[in-house]
Amino acid sequence: MTISREDVLRVAELAHLELTPEEAELYRGQLDEILNYIGKLQQLDVTNVEPMTQMSSQTVAASGEPRPGAESDLREDTLLPCHIADAVLEQAPDAVKPFFRVPRVIER
Amino acid sequence: MSAGAPWTIASIQTSLRAKKISAREITTEFYADIDRRNPSLNAYLALSRDRAFAQADRVDVATACGEKLGPLAGVPIAVKDVINTAGVRTTCGSKILETYVPPYDATAVARLEKAGAIILGKTNCDEFAMGSSNENSAYGPVRNPAALDRVPGGSSGGSAAAVAAGLAVAALGTDTGGSIRQPGACCGIPAMMPTYGRVSRYGLIAFASSLDRIGPFARNIADATAVMSVIAGHDENDATSAAVSVPDYAAEIEPPVAGLRIGVPEEYFAQGIDEEVKDKVLAGIALLEKLGCRRVPLKMPHTEYAIATYYIIATAEASSNLARYDGVRYGLRVPGSTLIEMYRKTRERGFGAEVKRRLMLGTYALSSGYYDAYYLRAQKVRALIARDFSEAFEKVDAIVTPTTPTPAFKLGEKTSDPLQMYLADIYTVTGSLSGIPGISVPCGETRGQLPIGMQILGPRFSESRVLQLARAFEKAGGFTI
Repeated sequence: MTISREDVLRVAELAHLELTPEEAELYRGQLDEILNYIGKLQQLDVTNVEPMTQMSSQTVAASGEPRPGAESDLREDTLLPCHIADAVLEQAPDAVKPFFRVPRVIER
Repeated sequence: MSAGAPWTIASIQTSLRAKKISAREITTEFYADIDRRNPSLNAYLALSRDRAFAQADRVDVATACGEKLGPLAGVPIAVKDVINTAGVRTTCGSKILETYVPPYDATAVARLEKAGAIILGKTNCDEFAMGSSNENSAYGPVRNPAALDRVPGGSSGGSAAAVAAGLAVAALGTDTGGSIRQPGACCGIPAMMPTYGRVSRYGLIAFASSLDRIGPFARNIADATAVMSVIAGHDENDATSAAVSVPDYAAEIEPPVAGLRIGVPEEYFAQGIDEEVKDKVLAGIALLEKLGCRRVPLKMPHTEYAIATYYIIATAEASSNLARYDGVRYGLRVPGSTLIEMYRKTRERGFGAEVKRRLMLGTYALSSGYYDAYYLRAQKVRALIARDFSEAFEKVDAIVTPTTPTPAFKLGEKTSDPLQMYLADIYTVTGSLSGIPGISVPCGETRGQLPIGMQILGPRFSESRVLQLARAFEKAGGFTI
């Protein structure tokens, strides 16, 4: 067994999910099966393999292989006007313009 | 279309310019068909009638005034519900965005409309594009037009079904691990995943940012090519879109394919493949050989690690991207006495089972103590999978494989076994992880008349060649082989 019930509850807490006891048990079994399958990656020797961390065309060769040392394509950090603030706030469950209102953040 | 041959982009352009039909009449015809057939297919989640008819009228006024029409003038197109449409509800197939109406258009949608296309509505999909059968939609599954008791594939099942059923001339889908190509294969239509960065993702609601791509479904290669020509190209609003010029696809897909080297990797025909799928794809490859292509056997040894790699990377990225659904800024909010309680209750009620499963898997893979064993290792294996392709493309011009190991399965057949569902993407995730383009084209049917798909993959930014092979295959009768 790779993953315990406690692991599931801990991960659910990190992911801000509230699981029922039935869900926790269901997911434990399913995640266990998936993680066992994923365990096959441990068979491979990956020493001296650079992780593929960037996908943009500037940082990979035409074939798709990472191009070491290439820099990603960054734009100038300039401010641009944005005129959709009102439209965005219209979508909020609880807005007091120009703010989103949320429950108490700090205890006591 | 109620009678005669289905509309194509070319036939619409000819008829509009000859004033045989108006864009309003075409739009009316499509909505009549949708109203009649969508209740059984469930391909559309929302129809944007006001927006569609306003656009149709603009096209008709332009036609009447003798103005130059765009390349997609009057062409009815459907858009997957993970792509933002200003003023038109966009749910991602999720309860958490049930009421969300985006304030802006995705670049791909804006480009389609600028070219004259008519956006008919939003198509059903697996929740947040997570799934291979469309059964993870919070709004019910889509049914496969070729067999109503079967899935259309996923996650872009609604887009595939809409085009296959003639309820749109073309559609936009998104592909993260196979979500365009696999439903294209299941529904029997061409379906293209462009190179990573080829099509802007501005306005695409993110699932896994190093994998997500937008691409077209169409009924023929000319139509898929026409849509690609409109949506491809750099966009300053998407930092991951590539500043690589877009060739004239329509011109580049016509030359004969004789002399092209076609790689056939043995790993894609190994155990687990349906015999009828294997036979038809091999027949498709034989047809390409008849057209003068040279077949080159390949070994791609890291293929068997692709699903495991994909499900770590995609879920890890999803766990980060979907953290934004917390009840604060948009969508569902379930009240709580504290902020954290509100987050948890909102996400518990708003997300479906598969999304929760993937968020937990991704969170686990990124969590302290497991990062190196899972996420970092997956990124390294991803590099090995990409290397398999770069080495192959030194020897061949394109790679041809089955799109899926089996034809469309029955509704409910795999819902209780997530791992079996994941394995439906076994031949598509490799191209996703490597950033390369690919297309699924129909290559006949099983004896039970279920569509079969053949996948053509090429090096980065080789859309022209991929489409050229698909076009030659289509012209030679490959779709009904």
